[in-house]
Amino acid sequence: MDAGYDVKKSEVHGMAQRGGSVTSHVRFGEKVASPIIPEGEADILFCSEKLEVLRWLAYCNETTKLIINNIEIYPPLVNLGEMEYPKNIEKAINSKFKNNYFIEATKLAKEAGDARAANVVMLGVTSKFLPIDEEIWMRNILARLPKKIHELNKIAFKKGREVV
Amino acid sequence: MKKVLSGNEAIARGAWEAGVTYCAAYPGTPSSEILENAATYKEMETDWAPNEKVAVESALGACLTGARTMASMKHVGVNVAADPLMTASYTGVIGGFVLVTADDPQLHSSQNEQDNRNYAKFAKVPMLEPSDSQEAKDFVKLGFEISEKFDTPVMIRTVTRISHSKGPVELEERIKPPVELKLRKEPTKFVMLPSNARPRHLIVEERSKKLKEFAETLDINRMEINDTKVGIITSGISYQYAKEAFPEYSFLKLGMVWPMPEKLIGEFINKVDKVYVVEELDPFIEENVRLMGYKIDHGKDIIPICGELSPTIVKKAITGETDQKVVEPIIEDPIPPRPPNMCPGCPHRGVFTVLKKLKVFVNGDIGCYTLGALPPLESLDTTVCMGSSVSFSHGMSRALGDEGKGKFVSVIGDSTFLHSGVTPLMDMVYNKSYATVMILDNRITAMTGAQDHPGTGYTAKGEPTHAIDYAELSKALGVNEIYTINPYDIKETEEIIKKALNSDQVTVIIARGPCAMLKREMAGRTKKPLVIDSDLCTGCKQCISINCPAINWDTTMAGEYTTKDGKTKKRKGIARIVPDLCNGCGLCYQLCKFEAISEPEEGKLGFI
Ligand SMILES: Cc1ncc(C[n+]2csc(CCOP(=O)(O)OP(=O)(O)O)c2C)c(N)n1
Repeated sequence: MDAGYDVKKSEVHGMAQRGGSVTSHVRFGEKVASPIIPEGEADILFCSEKLEVLRWLAYCNETTKLIINNIEIYPPLVNLGEMEYPKNIEKAINSKFKNNYFIEATKLAKEAGDARAANVVMLGVTSKFLPIDEEIWMRNILARLPKKIHELNKIAFKKGREVV
Repeated sequence: MKKVLSGNEAIARGAWEAGVTYCAAYPGTPSSEILENAATYKEMETDWAPNEKVAVESALGACLTGARTMASMKHVGVNVAADPLMTASYTGVIGGFVLVTADDPQLHSSQNEQDNRNYAKFAKVPMLEPSDSQEAKDFVKLGFEISEKFDTPVMIRTVTRISHSKGPVELEERIKPPVELKLRKEPTKFVMLPSNARPRHLIVEERSKKLKEFAETLDINRMEINDTKVGIITSGISYQYAKEAFPEYSFLKLGMVWPMPEKLIGEFINKVDKVYVVEELDPFIEENVRLMGYKIDHGKDIIPICGELSPTIVKKAITGETDQKVVEPIIEDPIPPRPPNMCPGCPHRGVFTVLKKLKVFVNGDIGCYTLGALPPLESLDTTVCMGSSVSFSHGMSRALGDEGKGKFVSVIGDSTFLHSGVTPLMDMVYNKSYATVMILDNRITAMTGAQDHPGTGYTAKGEPTHAIDYAELSKALGVNEIYTINPYDIKETEEIIKKALNSDQVTVIIARGPCAMLKREMAGRTKKPLVIDSDLCTGCKQCISINCPAINWDTTMAGEYTTKDGKTKKRKGIARIVPDLCNGCGLCYQLCKFEAISEPEEGKLGFI
C-alpha cells in the first residue's frame, strides 16, 4: 500500500501455533479482486521449509520463482518413522522450474544473530524480485518488530538481498 | 487515512466508528480477533462471555438501553445463541444491535461448515455480507443504521477468507450514537408473553416487507453491467472469486443477502442472456431466486456445494476447461502431511498418554485436546460439539447401566467446561450417573489463540478478576469425589484416573497445568531443555510415541553401538531432543526406561 498498490493478503492460521501447515496468499496491483491466487498464476512461491514447496506447486507455472528455505523440519509421521522425508526435492524442482532459489536462510539468520530471523532473510531475497523500494521493505519490517532486534533484522534482510 | 486491516480488525473498527459502547463474544475461529481488537478501543466495553447465548443476550439487553452493541461468534456459536436470536427478532431493538457470524467454509478450524445465511431467513432478520475489509467496516456501520431504522437485529456474515484476509481500509472518525441512553418500560415490546409476542410476529412480517422494499434501493445491492452474454448473481467472497475469473461478465452483487431485492434481480436477469449464481456452500441465493419464479441457467449443478470456492474452481465450473498453466513435477516419495499437533510441553499430552495406556473409551470435546484423536495418541473416541463429552458419558452410563462402569471418561477443556459442561455435570449428579469427567484446566482458551474466560482470572481487557474454582463449583453441583492432579506427573495421573474409574459415583478430575504457550503462567518456571544420551538410547521409541514436536527420530545413529558398560548392542536409530523446542516438561523423562533422558531441573518435573 505504501508503494501505491491495492493489496490483499489471505491467510489460514487457525492451526499455526500447533505446528500445522500454514499458507498465506499476498496479491498486489492496480486493483485486486480475489485474496486467493488462481492456480498456476503465482509469481513467487515463498516456502519457509523445504518439503512444503511440494504442497503448493499447483499455484505455480514455469516462470514462477520458487524461494525456499533449505531447512528440513520433520512432520510427525516422519518423526515416528512411519514415513520418509522426501528425497531429491531439489532435483525434482529443478527439473520442472527454472527460477529456483534454495536459500540457507536459517544459517544466514544465525550469522545475523538469531535463527528466528530466517524469514526476514527470505524477505530480503524476495524483495529483489518485486517492484518495491528497499526502504519501504525495511521500514515496514522494522515497524512490526521490537526495537532491540532492529539491527539484527536489518543485517538478516541485507544478507537475503546479497545471496541472489 | 488508509490502513491495511483484516476483515476482523475492520469489523472492530466499524463498531468503534459507529459509536458502539458494548461488545460481547465467545471466541471461535475465524471470529475471535473481532473482540480482541474491539478490546483495544478504550471507548468500548468488551466482554468474553462464557458462551454465545450469553453474549447475544447481554448485547441485546444492553441495546435496550439505547446503546449500540455488537455480539460476534463463529458460525456454530449462532446455534448456541439461536434461542435468544429467534425471539430478539420479535422484540427488536432500541439502540442498534449487530450480530456477526463468522462462517468457516472448508472447515479450516471447525466441526462443520454450516451456512449461516439460512439463519437470517429463519430468524427473519436482515443480513449483510461484505466481500473485503473495506466493506466489512462499512457494512457494520450500515448494519447499525438498518437496525435502528427497522427495529431489528442485523446479522453480518463473514467467512474465513474475509475475516482473515487483509486489505486497505479508509479510516473515519467515531460518531456519537443517535439514541438516548436510559431504561425504558415497554412490556409489549420486551416481555414476550404469548399475548405480546403474537402482535410482535405481525410486526416482524410487516418489517420483512419493508426491508424487502428497502433492499431494492440499497446501493450495496448493485449491478455491474459489462458483457451481457453472461450475468452472475453473487455475494461476499464469492463475488471476488467470480470477478477474478470473469472480469468481462456482468454482475449483480448482493451486499444484503436477506431479504433479497426481487425487482432488482428481475431487472438484472432481463438484461443478460445467461444467468449463473455463484455462491459458496448452500444454494441460498439460487433457491430464493427460483422461488421468485425466475429462471437460472446454472447454480449448484456446476458450483460445488462443499468446501470453499476459489477463482480456479469458479472458472473451471463455468468454462469446463482445466488450466494449462499448472505445472507439477513428479516426485516419487509421498508427501508427508503436516497436521497440527500439541505443542512441546503441552499439559494435555500426559493425559492422553495415560488414557491411551488404559484403553478406555474417551468422550472428547472441542479444544486443543481434540488433537488427542490424531495418531499416534489416537485416544479420543467422540467429538461433536462443545459440552458433548459430559452429556455423552452421562447418556452412555444411563444406557449401559452397570455394564459401562469403569469403561469411559469425559475429557473437556476449562473454557469448554464453562461454556457448556456445567449443565450436563449437573445432570449427571441429579440423574445418578457414575461417569468420570476430566477438566483439562490449562488456564486459557488455547485452541482459538489464548482468550481469557471466567476461570482464568483476567478480563478481555487484561484486568484481574475473580477466577472460578472448578473443585468448589463441582462440589456445589453435588459431586462428592473430586481430584486435582498434575497432568505432567504420569504416575499420579494414571493412579487417579484408575481410582475414579472404579468409583460408583460421579467423579471429577481437574488436571491443572497451564498452556505451555501462556507467557503469564509460564513466567518463572524452569524451561531447561532435556538431553538424550546417545550412548544410553536404545531406540525403543517410547518417547517418540508421545509425538512431541521437540523429539526427533534420527536414523543416522542406527546400527551397532557400545553401551556405557562396554557392551555392543544394535539399534534402529535414536531419539534426539531439539533444544530450541524443548521446554523441559519432563514427560519423556518419565517414560524412558533406560535413563537416557536427562533429569528435569532440580529433580522436579519441569513445570511443577
Ligand atoms: C459453539 C462453539 N463455539 C466456539 C467454538 C470454537 N472453539 C473450539 S475449541 C474452543 C475452546 C477451547 O478451549 P478449552 O476448552 O479451554 O481447551 P484448550 O484449547 O485450551 O485445550 C473454542 C472456543 C466451537 N467449536 N463451538
